[in-house]
Amino acid sequence: MKLASIVLAGAALLSAASAFAQAKEQFFPLLVYRTGPYAPNGTPWANGKQDYLKMINARDGGVNGVKLTWEECETGYATDKGVECYERLKSKGASMIDPQSTGITFALTDKAPIDKIPLLTLGYGLAASQDGGVFKWNFELMGSYWTAADVLVQAIGKREGGLDKLKGKKIALVYHDSPFGKEPIPLLEERSKMHGFELVKIPVTAPGVEQKSAWLQVRQQRPDYVLLWGWGVMNSSALKEAQATGYPRDRMYGVWWSGAEPDVKDVGEGAKGYNALNLNSSGTQPKVIQDILKYVHAKGQGTGPKDEVGSVLYTRGVIIQMLGIEAVRRAQERFGKGKVMTGEQVRWGLENLALDQKKLDALGLAGVMRPLSTSCIDHMGSSWVRVHTWDGSKWNFSSDWMQADEQILKPMVRAAADKYAAEKKITRRTPADCQS
Amino acid sequence: MFYRENGQFKTSYRADQQIFPIVQDRIAMALLLAVALVVVPLTAPEYLLRAILIPFLILSLAALGLNILVGYCGQISLGTGAFMAVGAYAAYNFQARIDGLPLIVSLLLGGLCATVIGVLFGIPSLRIKGLYLAVATLAAQFFVDWACLRLPWVTNGSTSGSVGVAGLNVMGWPIQSPVSKYLFCLAFVLVFALLAKNLVRGHIGREWMAMRDMDVAAAVIGIRPVYAKLTAFAVSSFIVGVAGALWGFVHLSTWEPAAFGVNRSFELLFMVIIGGLGSIMGSFFGAAFIVVLPIVLDNLPYWFGIPVDTALAAHLASMIFGALIVFFLIVEPHGLARLWSMAKEKLRLWPFPH
Repeated sequence: MKLASIVLAGAALLSAASAFAQAKEQFFPLLVYRTGPYAPNGTPWANGKQDYLKMINARDGGVNGVKLTWEECETGYATDKGVECYERLKSKGASMIDPQSTGITFALTDKAPIDKIPLLTLGYGLAASQDGGVFKWNFELMGSYWTAADVLVQAIGKREGGLDKLKGKKIALVYHDSPFGKEPIPLLEERSKMHGFELVKIPVTAPGVEQKSAWLQVRQQRPDYVLLWGWGVMNSSALKEAQATGYPRDRMYGVWWSGAEPDVKDVGEGAKGYNALNLNSSGTQPKVIQDILKYVHAKGQGTGPKDEVGSVLYTRGVIIQMLGIEAVRRAQERFGKGKVMTGEQVRWGLENLALDQKKLDALGLAGVMRPLSTSCIDHMGSSWVRVHTWDGSKWNFSSDWMQADEQILKPMVRAAADKYAAEKKITRRTPADCQS
Repeated sequence: MFYRENGQFKTSYRADQQIFPIVQDRIAMALLLAVALVVVPLTAPEYLLRAILIPFLILSLAALGLNILVGYCGQISLGTGAFMAVGAYAAYNFQARIDGLPLIVSLLLGGLCATVIGVLFGIPSLRIKGLYLAVATLAAQFFVDWACLRLPWVTNGSTSGSVGVAGLNVMGWPIQSPVSKYLFCLAFVLVFALLAKNLVRGHIGREWMAMRDMDVAAAVIGIRPVYAKLTAFAVSSFIVGVAGALWGFVHLSTWEPAAFGVNRSFELLFMVIIGGLGSIMGSFFGAAFIVVLPIVLDNLPYWFGIPVDTALAAHLASMIFGALIVFFLIVEPHGLARLWSMAKEKLRLWPFPH
């Protein structure tokens, strides 16, 4: 019958595909989106990841002799498609995954402990997952939506001349109406209680091409500041609407997912003065980017256009892939150099990352990011971030490195992680488990 | 030659009215069941189960539910995604708020809640017809989307608006491995397919079809439109609600309202139209077409080892998929189920056609 033949054909093709897998190769699944409304931002990210893998293979011949292989799967930013991609690439021997989407991260968070594949969600995903005691397999490195929201409030406070000056002010959060956009709300509510500013929540229906009603609300409410929590086409649409509404762009602050070239380039002059968080610097000066240009693009093997190399999201893709590979390298130090690492071993590597300034310099990332070190409990490693401002043609840094306030964050993360653990019926890891 | 009912005499009404009156059909069905129940769980790799068969089964169930409403009763609905969402979120709330409630009970309660909402939004069907009804059911979609996004009670106060379940089990048997999930869904699909088949063969099904073909004539011969239309809405949204609960609980296990958006409604309507309106078999064909085909198209370049740019492959897959939809609708506007029955007709004469 029809179903049976599909099943058999599928099984035959799958087994044929898995026969290609060879020893001495570390496989990296790449969940990407190069189509749809999020493609403008997803594409440079995906290119950065792939170019870094190509560069490591070309420059170093892999990690201690283990060649790196990869395969891309197009998710279109859709959760169900992402789950299908994950299952497809998992069967090819994945040992670490960067889902590139908060929705997909949520769905995979349940599967990761069962499949023993760590999730690397740099600067996105579940805010509470920085707590390694509950989220053994999630690695929310370098920042969460909560640290981002916290730093944004601090930055606004600094501009006003102190956090106490925020009293009576009105801050609007224009957000992508999805878990991604809603995640910062608890922290902002906490901060608004502390400092006495009013928080106005203005949702934008995904994908965010149509924002007229949201900006009408902005016009009516006249907030002192607007926090932009968008992704993909939503960002440039928001800036265009702000321009049309006449809302001053320099009073708009975006999260680090709303502060890259694709978000402002189409708006150009109109986005002048717009501020956004910046997890990593951009530009082609860092040595790692120079190496990618030399070993990959000069040979005509670049994944994307050459002029996009070194852009904000491209560099973020490079950093994410670098962290994944460094985790493999770290795991090899313990479990055997020149061996292929399993998901469990890479998880240990991610949990014991220690990238100090010297190592970052050696990796060619001097000045791109701050040192980072993770532990069993701390799955974030560092929450340092800067603010950069668009001057009409390029991004310029407008603040020094800032860090989220641990005093506020710690109890919130702990409470949220415990709530999650209770809901999912998991127990906190014991100190003994940390050694494994 | 092989597929011929010559010599199969029915000596009782019972024999004449069974679901598969022809012996060969019964054998084929038994084989299919054997494959689905024994061969697949024993041999299928995890990817096939988790990424293809489980979504296929759950969406077939949803398409089956929708087919009762659209195919059998002729009431176009664009609110299927909403009814799935009601089933999923209601089942989630029962599971989260009542400690120790058995899984199957919460799934069925989720279906019952979907029934209530379905009947509520079915009431306009007594006055408005056709495309106007489609617009009215679209209102259900938007309302439920709004409720899931904005009412904190629905998501049990989850800050991100995404909810999840864990530790599913049926009487101590954990539903965690791909095989157990597959068998769990398969059991639901089999029971509901049998139920639906018998409903549409019985007097209720005949009332629905009379309503579909001409409501005035049906009313004249004594069929109550209120009863016929609302039962169709009730049965349909019950099945769709259970499918929604399965989609959330078993397939995704953590989900957000976007999982049941308006796109899902359209997708299910396409399944029913492409599969065949008014056919139980068609729902399965439609689901297979919409679920499995894009994945196959997506995978083709990798299977043959052709290095294709990811974006290009995704675009090509969408284009081929769209072209195939148009092709099948031109070749057979009555859907894949009609092609299937034509093939069976031809097979009866094979190899000596007139």
